[in-house]
Amino acid sequence: MPANFAFPTEAEYIRFLPETILILMGTLIMVLEGFAGDGHRKGTHKVALFGLFLAMAAACYAGSNPGPAFSDFLLVDGFGTFFRMLVLTVGILAVLCSPSYLSRERADSGEYYALILYSLVGQCILATANELIMVFIGLEISSIATYVLAGYLRDDKRNNESAIKYFLLGSFATAFLLYGVAWIYGLTGSTNLAVIRQYLQTSATADPALVGLAAGLMFVGFAFKVSAAPFQAWTPDVYQGAPAPVTAFMSAGPKAAAFAVFIRVYITAFDGIAETWLPVVWVSALATMVIGNFAALTQTNIKRVLAYSSIAHAGYVLVAVAAHSQIGTAAAMFYLASYVFMNIGAFALISHLSRQGERYVQVNDLAGLSQRQPVTAALFAIFLLSLIGVPLTGGFFGKFYIFKAALDSQLYWLTVLGLLNSAVAAYYYLRIIVVMYFHEPGHATESLEEPAAGIRVASLVAALAVVVLGVAPSLLLNVASRSSAIGR
Amino acid sequence: MPTTPLEVYFPVLVQALLGVGLALGLVGASSLLGKKLKNKIKDSPYECGMAPQGSAEERFSVKFYLVAMLFILFDIEAVFLYPWVVVYKDLGMIAFVEMAIFVILILSGFFYIWKKGVLDWSQISRIQRK
Amino acid sequence: MHSLHSSQSLWLIPVLPLLGFLINGLLGKRLGKGAVSLVAVGTVAASFAWVLKCISALMPLEHSHIETYGTWIASGALNIPVELAIDRLTAVMLLVVTGIGSLIHIYATGYMSHEEGYERFFAYLNLFMFFMLTLVLANNYLLLFVGWEGVGLCSYLLIGFYYLKLSATNAGNKAFIVNRIGDFGFSLAMFLIFVHFGSLSFPAVFEKAKALSPESGFGWLTAICLLLLVGATGKSAQVPLYVWLPDAMEGPTPVSALIHAATMVTAGVYMVARSAALFVNAPIAMEVVAYVGLITAVLAATIGITQFDIKKVFAYSTVSQLGYMFLALGCGAFSAGIFHVVTHAFFKALLFLGAGSVIHALEGEQDIRHMGGLRSKIPVTFLTLACAWVAIAGVPPFSGFHSKDEILLAAHHHHPWMYWVGVITAGMTAFYVSRCMFMTFFGEYRGHHHPHESPWVMTGPLAVLAVLSLAGGYTHIPQFLEPVFPLKGGEHDSTLVAISVAAGLAGIALAWFLYVLSPETPKSIASALGGLYRAVYNKYYVDEVYYGTIVHPLVDGSKSILWKGLDAGIVDGAVNGAGTLARMIGGITRRFQTGNIRSYAAWVVLGSLLVLAAMTAMGGSSL
Repeated sequence: MPANFAFPTEAEYIRFLPETILILMGTLIMVLEGFAGDGHRKGTHKVALFGLFLAMAAACYAGSNPGPAFSDFLLVDGFGTFFRMLVLTVGILAVLCSPSYLSRERADSGEYYALILYSLVGQCILATANELIMVFIGLEISSIATYVLAGYLRDDKRNNESAIKYFLLGSFATAFLLYGVAWIYGLTGSTNLAVIRQYLQTSATADPALVGLAAGLMFVGFAFKVSAAPFQAWTPDVYQGAPAPVTAFMSAGPKAAAFAVFIRVYITAFDGIAETWLPVVWVSALATMVIGNFAALTQTNIKRVLAYSSIAHAGYVLVAVAAHSQIGTAAAMFYLASYVFMNIGAFALISHLSRQGERYVQVNDLAGLSQRQPVTAALFAIFLLSLIGVPLTGGFFGKFYIFKAALDSQLYWLTVLGLLNSAVAAYYYLRIIVVMYFHEPGHATESLEEPAAGIRVASLVAALAVVVLGVAPSLLLNVASRSSAIGR
Repeated sequence: MPTTPLEVYFPVLVQALLGVGLALGLVGASSLLGKKLKNKIKDSPYECGMAPQGSAEERFSVKFYLVAMLFILFDIEAVFLYPWVVVYKDLGMIAFVEMAIFVILILSGFFYIWKKGVLDWSQISRIQRK
Repeated sequence: MHSLHSSQSLWLIPVLPLLGFLINGLLGKRLGKGAVSLVAVGTVAASFAWVLKCISALMPLEHSHIETYGTWIASGALNIPVELAIDRLTAVMLLVVTGIGSLIHIYATGYMSHEEGYERFFAYLNLFMFFMLTLVLANNYLLLFVGWEGVGLCSYLLIGFYYLKLSATNAGNKAFIVNRIGDFGFSLAMFLIFVHFGSLSFPAVFEKAKALSPESGFGWLTAICLLLLVGATGKSAQVPLYVWLPDAMEGPTPVSALIHAATMVTAGVYMVARSAALFVNAPIAMEVVAYVGLITAVLAATIGITQFDIKKVFAYSTVSQLGYMFLALGCGAFSAGIFHVVTHAFFKALLFLGAGSVIHALEGEQDIRHMGGLRSKIPVTFLTLACAWVAIAGVPPFSGFHSKDEILLAAHHHHPWMYWVGVITAGMTAFYVSRCMFMTFFGEYRGHHHPHESPWVMTGPLAVLAVLSLAGGYTHIPQFLEPVFPLKGGEHDSTLVAISVAAGLAGIALAWFLYVLSPETPKSIASALGGLYRAVYNKYYVDEVYYGTIVHPLVDGSKSILWKGLDAGIVDGAVNGAGTLARMIGGITRRFQTGNIRSYAAWVVLGSLLVLAAMTAMGGSSL
């Protein structure tokens, strides 16, 4: 037994409580699934919801006593707690809009919810990881569960395509990350973020070019997960192919968690070599915004439009990362929170509107929605307006804080180009609103039934959050500002 | 102290060479030293079992893959027991509890696949229906 | 500057129409038309009454009266309270917005009575009032921006109100997107203001701005002002972003009158005037404002001469008159600009409502070539429109004369040649409005409808506006605004005044000659001018140029380069040439090709190589 080994204290177990709860509840669902007969599979989402709320309470409780856990493997601080809460909220909203979708596709089963819980375990670990091996493990737990979810309807060709693409490319990119971790360990002799930071700041023995290379390898892995250019190519195909509630989940949860760990690793460990990676982030942010927004202009499939839009939004968050300041970190946190709500809300409604087999996912299929289902149309419009960044929505303040942070850091060109991008973006979101409000109902909207209760709740909650963030942004921004002091 | 990159990475180079050499050496040695016997049975891909006839793209039952995957999974999980046994005495009760949780989790996974009928070879239809 | 007055509950002013929006938006379908009209008109009228009450209680209102309702955003250096403020400038704008707003709401209950979506229309209109009043009452740039975006959104919803008409939805789209470009400038300006002044609150920013000395060259203050101007050109339809306003006439006529003539489009003028403390220290920006205004005024006036759609004529006239206001602002005559905002709101709202009454009478006919001789058939409409006509033509002593006179004098003071261009434009203005009036009301009736006079709910507001158009010049707005914008000591040169009046009268006389005495001459002039006439008639092909140079390349470029290229093409084509073709044909299975995954993987490799090379190089160079 190593001399400095100490048993974890009670506080450390508590700091790991959310993950523990998620694992146990996930396993419980699997066992229940085993017991249940064919006709009794419909209740598992309630267990999942219960587990998620429990985990949320645990995350709150864990956050009230911040500190490291398990030999500094995890660090439960404000930043980590913020993202834990965020991904758990994503989980709740995603679970809410799933049952009706799954029963429509005749795929009710507990594994789905177990996978979501497991994926969230990975994301919670990512939010609090303080060490590169934990980063890798978290990323893998989160990703592998998501790969399976993307291909959940295994008789559906698009699902299969989506899962295979996501899996192959994802593992490919993760390999880069792991290789980068190995290099860093080789160069600095540690995988702990704080130790690496100290080493890079004080010691001159590491060859800067090699450190840059290692940080670059890790950048590839993270950039893939957040779908930043030039590693965004998978996003449209995967988001389009996956079942709509899964797209809702994976465009929000894993992305937010990946950004959390991306920011934490680069601001903490690689802070000393910021001049190496900041230009890359700068270029990547710009390229991501441009590719996302411009490619979305010509899409006709709503899921694809939103997939490109999600690329573009990753670009905006990267602008905040490029600002390389505490304000920038807070802005990224705020933006991700509002992005999560507007995106998941939009996809929740798509899972309702698409109907069995996702037949109606073209923009034109929404024609005249405002006349058939005014509330659905209004909610969708709120999400789209927020994605545009119209005032009184969360999206507006998200962009506002990000570009303010960028200006504070003298990123004038990036701000100008970013704002121009967001002006272009209005076009493709607006097209959807036009179709919903200004077109005559087509046969797709004629046959639309009422949304299921879960979808109603999820989209209402998301819309409420979007509006609250737009009217009273301080509520969340204060939390974000307080929690954004990482690596200092 | 090694200083130049060559000195630093020399052991890595040696190991890489050893790895490649070993693989090539073993294949080479077996073809050099091996006894060469030529008859119809020895020329067939497998000396025993089913005759490999028909299309190469024949589909195998998914059960083969399932069992293979499950074997690897449980095998790797079981490996964790070895280091645990070594330090068990030093760690005491807490190690026992932690391993108990671990084993219970594995067992529930086992229970799950069992209930799902993966181990049940006779009821192919039940799985196919899923 | 804290006011000695107690709270006046300013928040009620915007919130009342918001209530109307909520009631009509949520319950409108169940309420019935009568109740919807009552709620819509009632809330706006109540808001007007509250404005009057607040202003009379606060008079003389020498300093701005600020009411704080709490903290909106407090985060580090960014501290923005929810604050409404009222000073004399705001008071003028409030009276115009709620006063004319009430009249137009009343008019609309008649005009829209046969339309589908009656309650939807009034819900949007009330929402517009809410945002417009927020914009005017805001005490910081962020809240102003909220109103700014909000009125844009409502304008877009109302332009596209007749959504069965494709042109209407296209026009709505165009308005929104052009305005996004303007908003881009505005938001950038807002960021720069925050960076340099550390605040977005008007009193704080202007206090610091006043302490600065004027910039001799191109500094950051100039940059801020120019970016604000970009925002203003979008909202107030100035060159080069004016293209959306003529198309916006696809909306119902009350919308054209309220939003696209009297209130929203003047938001840019208001914003520049509000930011006067910034602009006066940025002479280059001021000069640009004057030029933009002048160019817009001339350009739009020439187009107005050639149009045949009665609303299009007035739309170009609006653009041109807004140009006048910017000219005034650029010459430093802020109060003259606001004065013209007010008089223009009177006579242009009247022109549009009158045009609406004509269109109503002719069951939807808008082409003045199919009108004529309506003088006797719809006399009330004719008489009221005639009041607007003399007002806009600058005939003394009516309202347009006074404000235009102020502007032209300021222009002469600034650069004498600007005065002369302004006078010519005034002549053209008088000419095209007279042309429109003569073709509509004089001569023989050329259409085939049976004109009928509009109901009193429509003619009533026309009459009120007619009185205001005639007498609005005696409101002494510049004197009233003196605490906000000190009067410039420009001498009142009666020769200059006489010249501009003469130009207006000459325009009317020429129109009389061409369209009443000798109606065949215009056609021969048009054919004699040939290409030039066609260019002007087609609005100088600006839309076509924009489409060809910006919209088309943007959409096609994104299609061919980004989508087909980056998304699927280049690597895919190299790896798997046949696959590219298949991908374009469509279908789902085509995507399930290893070629695609391989191409994506190739992208990942390529990207990684780039990233790694960059980071290694940058790491190495930092040695």
